[in-house]
Amino acid sequence: MVQKIDMRSTLLSLTILFVGVFIWHAATHVPDTGPTGVELSQGEMDTLLGKNMLSEDIEYYATQGVEFAQLEQIASLNLSRSMIEAAGGIQALGISAPDENSAPAPGSLFPSPTQIGKELWATIADPFYVAGTNDMGFGIQMGYSLLRVLIGYSLSAAVAIPLGFLIGMSPMFYKALDPFIQVLKPISPLAWMPIALFTIGDSELSSIFVIFICSLWPMLTNTAFGVANVRSDWVNVARTHELSTTKTALTVILPAAAPTIITGMRISIGIAWLVIVAAEMLVGGTGIGYVVWNEWNGLRLDRMIVAILLIGVVGMLLDAAFARLQRAVAYAE
Amino acid sequence: MTKPFLSVELLTQQFPDGAGDTLTVFENATFSVAEGEFVCILGHSGCGKSTIMNVLAGLAEPTSGTVIMDGEEISGPSLDRGVVFQNYSLLPWLSALKNVMFGVAARHPDWSKSEVQAHSEKYLAMVGLDGDAIHRKPSQLSGGMRQRVSIARAFANHPKLLLLDEPFGALDALTRGTIQDELLKIWNGTNQTVFMITHDIDEAILLADRILLMTNGPFARVAEAVEITIPRPRRREEIIDHPNYYAIRNHLVHFLGSRSKELAGQSSGSGANSPETIRIDRTEKDTPETDDDPTHQAHLRAVNE
Ligand SMILES: Nc1ncnc2c1ncn2[C@@H]1O[C@H](COP(=O)(O)OP(=O)(O)OP(=O)(O)O)[C@@H](O)[C@H]1O
Ligand SMILES: [Mg+2]
Repeated sequence: MVQKIDMRSTLLSLTILFVGVFIWHAATHVPDTGPTGVELSQGEMDTLLGKNMLSEDIEYYATQGVEFAQLEQIASLNLSRSMIEAAGGIQALGISAPDENSAPAPGSLFPSPTQIGKELWATIADPFYVAGTNDMGFGIQMGYSLLRVLIGYSLSAAVAIPLGFLIGMSPMFYKALDPFIQVLKPISPLAWMPIALFTIGDSELSSIFVIFICSLWPMLTNTAFGVANVRSDWVNVARTHELSTTKTALTVILPAAAPTIITGMRISIGIAWLVIVAAEMLVGGTGIGYVVWNEWNGLRLDRMIVAILLIGVVGMLLDAAFARLQRAVAYAE
Repeated sequence: MTKPFLSVELLTQQFPDGAGDTLTVFENATFSVAEGEFVCILGHSGCGKSTIMNVLAGLAEPTSGTVIMDGEEISGPSLDRGVVFQNYSLLPWLSALKNVMFGVAARHPDWSKSEVQAHSEKYLAMVGLDGDAIHRKPSQLSGGMRQRVSIARAFANHPKLLLLDEPFGALDALTRGTIQDELLKIWNGTNQTVFMITHDIDEAILLADRILLMTNGPFARVAEAVEITIPRPRRREEIIDHPNYYAIRNHLVHFLGSRSKELAGQSSGSGANSPETIRIDRTEKDTPETDDDPTHQAHLRAVNE
């Protein structure tokens, strides 16, 4: 049964992917020829051939979009194609023909799936090249972003989790700190950027600070909530065994609250990854967010889209890592 | 009179009743337990048995009153008072074995891990758990198995006072019998005092030296302390033939059946509510009685402490 559902869902996913790519392809597909070719009936063909027009010439003009009436005129000139071209084309001879420049503009500037595929492949094949400050492999740029997230996020966890324990275990601290948390939490992480740039100065440290701030709240509130809501029965077990507060925190409250804490950490890493891209767009220099901005400015949309795709993939991997951690600490009551 | 091991004095517990008033679970409860004594407490659901036990365990602060154990007033929980909680209270992220080891390691911080494990396994085996089952998490165990793990955790620590809140409630009759025997064996070999809540009258008669009877709440009282005048060792097949067995049993049934209600519900002012000691002993009588009603004045001697 489960297998059947798995199989069906995979099938559905593939279908959605296929349809999506097809629509994308159709929307960005640019026909090679400007004007559309003209189909000639067998009778018309015979008429033209009867006027001594070469079949390859008929073919050529027809694909150029020249209608039968005009073809008859060309035939009556009794000139070969090379001679007509030498004379400046059929227009120069007074025969109306579709204007090459009036052909519909190429579908759009937006890259097609094949272009993206090629670009993606090139990126994966050589992710770590360095050809200048603005031209580095996406692997390196991604590394910069990940490093910033890692530093900011770790610092944040180092503050949020112990503080969350304190708030969760002590109603006094909860009451004292709650107003600050409530005010600071809803501030957009990027709103901190000017303050950070002004006070810290360094743009690198500022992005790390912004990551720190945006990761802080979900971890802090989830830890506090998880710790405060540990079943009193379990705490009573610790109490009847005369465990010290630290020992209780580590051997009972931590494992009991771990699923909630990891949920907070998972939310935080997601937000941090969202914010780093925006922060790097703002600050510039290096990082995958900067790449998106830079490629956009240079109108290299295919590279930009590849960067965006990779941001999604890395974000997914980060989330999957925490999902795995979540499963590891989960318990059934 | 020698100082009792455990002495509960003028214990009152009130809770907000949710409608802005206070609910007095019990008031001025006063009773004592001797060292090495096995006491069972019987009473209807909701009368406040677990509440008393929480106070004895040091997990709850009474509204007023004191509990003195071994000459010292109880304040907070202690390893000297082992608790088997009504809802087992196992840590769900630990295996059965690890749950017991958790307790043993707390009691004996100086022991090596293998000593702790061996000791834990011994007590798990004592309650009939061994092999693969002890490595399972509580959620993968049956209710009865969980209860046995919880019992093993408390027994393994040899507390001076064992507080058992319906420890055998979820067990089948067979396992229940085995573990009752184990409990008696452990209790016999040591000088432990046991305070046990139960709903099972026969179990109480089999195990207890004295049974405390509680009236219905609110304002519940420990109204009577019934001495079990059946000599030990007691075997469950034999005690039913003892002349005192049915007399005591009928007294208990009668109390729970009607008198617990009749005596319930009055606030009794400021005086200490100590239980009346009831001693039913048919063997002391010269003429055998045919009347089984134990409340009949001829059969019992009420002794006030
Ligand atoms: N924390 C609390 N807040 C408010 N009321 C409480 C609280 N704990 C217990 N009570 C009330 O105290 C009374 C006694 O509860 P208790 O758990 O001691 O009963 P019990 O005798 O152990 O019952 P059972 O045999 O069903 O376990 C009940 O009416 C209950 O509603
Ligand atoms: Mg209870």
